[in-house]
Amino acid sequence: MITITSLTKRYGRLAAVDDVSFTASPGRVTGFLGPNGAGKSTTLRILAGLATATSGSATVLGHRYADLPNPGLEIGVLLDASAQHGGRTGRETLVLAQRTMGLPAARVDESLELVGLTRAESRRRVRDYSLGMRQRLGIATALLGDPRVLVLDEPANGLDPAGIRWMRDLLRGFADDGGTVLLSSHLLAEVEMIADDIVMIGSGRVVAQGPTTDLLAGARTLVRADDVVALGAALAGAGHHVTPSGDAVLTDAGPGTAGRLAFGAGLAVTELRTADGAGLEDMFLELTAATAREAVGSAPIPTGASA
Amino acid sequence: MTTVAATATLRAVVVPRRTAPVPFRRLVGVELRKMFDTRSSFWLLASIGIVALAAVPMVIAFQPTGDITYAMFVNTIGYPWSLMIPMVGLLSVTGEWSQRGGLTTFAFVPRRGRVIGAKAACAAGVVLAAMALCFALSAAGNVAAAAVAGIDPVWDVSAAEHLFLTLFQAIGMAAAFTLAVVLRSSPAALVGYFVFALVVPTLSSMLAGAQEWYGDVAPWVDLTHGQLSLFAGTMTGEQWAQLGTTAVLWLVVPLVLGMRRLLRVEIR
Repeated sequence: MITITSLTKRYGRLAAVDDVSFTASPGRVTGFLGPNGAGKSTTLRILAGLATATSGSATVLGHRYADLPNPGLEIGVLLDASAQHGGRTGRETLVLAQRTMGLPAARVDESLELVGLTRAESRRRVRDYSLGMRQRLGIATALLGDPRVLVLDEPANGLDPAGIRWMRDLLRGFADDGGTVLLSSHLLAEVEMIADDIVMIGSGRVVAQGPTTDLLAGARTLVRADDVVALGAALAGAGHHVTPSGDAVLTDAGPGTAGRLAFGAGLAVTELRTADGAGLEDMFLELTAATAREAVGSAPIPTGASA
Repeated sequence: MTTVAATATLRAVVVPRRTAPVPFRRLVGVELRKMFDTRSSFWLLASIGIVALAAVPMVIAFQPTGDITYAMFVNTIGYPWSLMIPMVGLLSVTGEWSQRGGLTTFAFVPRRGRVIGAKAACAAGVVLAAMALCFALSAAGNVAAAAVAGIDPVWDVSAAEHLFLTLFQAIGMAAAFTLAVVLRSSPAALVGYFVFALVVPTLSSMLAGAQEWYGDVAPWVDLTHGQLSLFAGTMTGEQWAQLGTTAVLWLVVPLVLGMRRLLRVEIR
């Protein structure tokens, strides 16, 4: 359980985090989504007691992070997988965490096995690790104390497709066991696939939040026909909202309704599907366009949607 | 009841477990281990050992056999060590920033003062252990050299002087540790320490020679001045007062200000 209440962090006049409030609940994966520089990492650093808030509060299991007597046993934190001393071996990195928390030495091997790092790999210096291996080591460190809350900043970075799949299964399993997972990402497809709840942030402010299914319920249908203008007219004539999208249209009518309307108008439909993959992406771009650093032009910015 | 169900109930609990705070003694153990478990610390340790082992035969080889005394060994090992030993404490602090390990360290122990306190305890322990080793190696070298020359070994360092030499090393360590806390960057703090240990004493004595007024105040403002009087082995009441004044000025004040900043600074 993570509760963020009216959290604000100012650097001089710039509000990196501006009145952010949300909750990450037990048994659910909460995706913290936003473009780079939106304030995700700052929020997570405040949550983990590594930065101080200008105002507002962030609590883990009802307590300020800094007030937890042995935080590693309550909450596993991975904010940056590359922030590990390159001169230590992976195993030594885990041994230090295990000793700090006062855990039995056997936890080190258990964690290595859990994240799929071999014994030989664990004896190499972290400097020689790929980013994917560092992510696995960081996850192992976070899970070492068998916490009930996990906070991960961009955990999919540097992982190959199989690694991303592994990470997804691991987080899903953790949440299904009753754990709380909060992960940040700028990869929309990744979040859409795993998160039960989504908190979307842009320029330090929450722009949308709720269960993923609810946020996606507004997803639209993509219809393509040879005569797009007539198709648009047919859909609009039946009272549906229509947005042109190249040589197709997006509508808030369901696929069945859209298909029947096109059939009624005598139009041959060449493509008909829910715009699922693009749904959240559209919303993401739309919601953050006003506040995003990059001016979002007419051309959609390629994201990780294809991953 | 299956394990899965057990974990489920455990994880679903939304209040913290009743855990004891991480004891200070455990933090000291971890920080001590961190001082010596990286590749760079291995080489630092190795070169400290090589310097000491090279110093003993060098004294025996280059000094006229009749002149060899215990103090020669102590100084030949102790002087290079006064440059090297403080780096152990310095890197232990700056590494948290320069190697970004602090992101993990301070996430496990949010009360940063306890981590730095543990590092300081380790640094003090390193000085004491190093000096014990320095005296032991020197004694062994002295006995060996006397046996080779066929004379009685000369023990010319008093008990008080042993303490002075240890304090000399401790001040070097304290200066390096203070620079590390204030600067929080390995290259900056290392440069700072070498300026303190090598440049300041020379500049200070040159200035004292050229400007009479500075010659009078130097002992009251230059920490290395007091440090070197410890090395000389005699300390008057005034010299203790001067050492105390400069220690407050250059160690206590910067350390307090540096710690205030360190406790609040954002860890990235």
